[in-house]
Amino acid sequence: MSWEFIGKYMPMYQRAAVLTLKIGIIGIAFAILVGLMSALVLYYKVPVIKRIIKMYIELSRNTPLLVQLFFIYYGFPKIGIRLDAEICGVVGLAFLGGSYMAEAFRSGLESIDKIQEESALSLGMTRFQVMRYIIFPQAIATSVPAFMANVIFLLKETSVFSSISLMDLMFTAKDLIGLYYKTTESLFMLVMFYLIILLPVSLLGSLLERRLRYAGFGN
Amino acid sequence: MAEKLLRIENLIKSYDNLTVLNGINLEVNQGEVVVLVGPSGCGKSTLLRCINGLEPIQNGAVRLEDEVIQHGSKNLPDLRQKIGMVFQSYELFPHLTVLENLMIAPSKVQKRKKEEIKREALELLTRVGLADKANQYPRQLSGGQKQRVAIVRALCMHPEILLFDEVTAALDPEMVREVLDVMLELAKQGRTMVIVTHEMQFARAVADRVIFLDGGKIVEEASPDEFFDAPKTERAKKFLNVFSFERVENK
Repeated sequence: MSWEFIGKYMPMYQRAAVLTLKIGIIGIAFAILVGLMSALVLYYKVPVIKRIIKMYIELSRNTPLLVQLFFIYYGFPKIGIRLDAEICGVVGLAFLGGSYMAEAFRSGLESIDKIQEESALSLGMTRFQVMRYIIFPQAIATSVPAFMANVIFLLKETSVFSSISLMDLMFTAKDLIGLYYKTTESLFMLVMFYLIILLPVSLLGSLLERRLRYAGFGN
Repeated sequence: MAEKLLRIENLIKSYDNLTVLNGINLEVNQGEVVVLVGPSGCGKSTLLRCINGLEPIQNGAVRLEDEVIQHGSKNLPDLRQKIGMVFQSYELFPHLTVLENLMIAPSKVQKRKKEEIKREALELLTRVGLADKANQYPRQLSGGQKQRVAIVRALCMHPEILLFDEVTAALDPEMVREVLDVMLELAKQGRTMVIVTHEMQFARAVADRVIFLDGGKIVEEASPDEFFDAPKTERAKKFLNVFSFERVENK
């Protein structure tokens, strides 16, 4: 293994890691937003919109991210929507992640007993207050494990961004292998960088889970 | 003449084809303790839920001081502040401490000052013997303690009427007493209460009036002594017999 090579191309990986993280974080943030709104629509059984959301979830979960990205990157320009590759990445991640987050939040919301809501209503709370102060905090705690699994899953999914010419970690590794044929070094750095990004997220997740579990939840 | 606080007129409640309450007429005076008894499935709990607007009704009206309580109506949150409800399964909020459980509705719904609510909440907790539990979570309490907290939580809203839905049914026998004592104390203070219970001796001790429900109708309505010593209807006699045992002879 050539440490010289690794040292020389480290900055390239760093730039790629920043890009991966940037798109990952923004995409996941939107995925959370989409997921929350979808979960609330499903929870409150909003007519018509509920059906649309269900269709979206099935479509999003049953197609690969790569195909979704191709649609957005190569397909949209055909109907006059031309998006920057980075924005495509964010949109793709939000589209895919939204449905996974929706399911995580929905299962959390539905795990809270109906009578908790009635108990809060009987104290004179409005439906909004019941959601905000009583149901949502409990539901979120229940959703945390699924939520963290989704975050990690989505960060890993960013590896297909290279296929729409985004210079992310995967792209960089493939590029270096093609140019210099230094497969071992390139792949070694690829693995290291993914671990650097994902290990802290994973640790944070288990920490959060433990905190919530011991914070006095459950009857 | 005592002031009418709650008025229920010809209340009919049904689920699909099943009629649960069939023409209930009931008035509750200010300061009165009304106990609802009857076999399970007779509609007692449903009646309480209708008083609180938790159930849509098919006919009739429920009025609290001339204001109509209707499921889904806009002023329901305001009206519910005047109606305290205690559930069989306590329904404390598990993610909040005891004190937070007591304070959340007065502070978020009634927008009262935190300091004032806290003082009142602690005072009431002390009265029910749970001052030392203020900062614990519900899961750290016994069933009886949880139920006392639930009663205090209802009281913190300064309700005009309290509804109790089989509040001791899920408790161990020893804990039943501590909860009933709190309710007896409230009765002494002149609170208006509607109580659904299976504790017949308690019902007799606390009630001003006993209502016997069966098949979604009020079958008998009497003072506690009258009802328990000399029930007028066959149905009530049969019901009360369930609670007494003959001595087993020839053992």
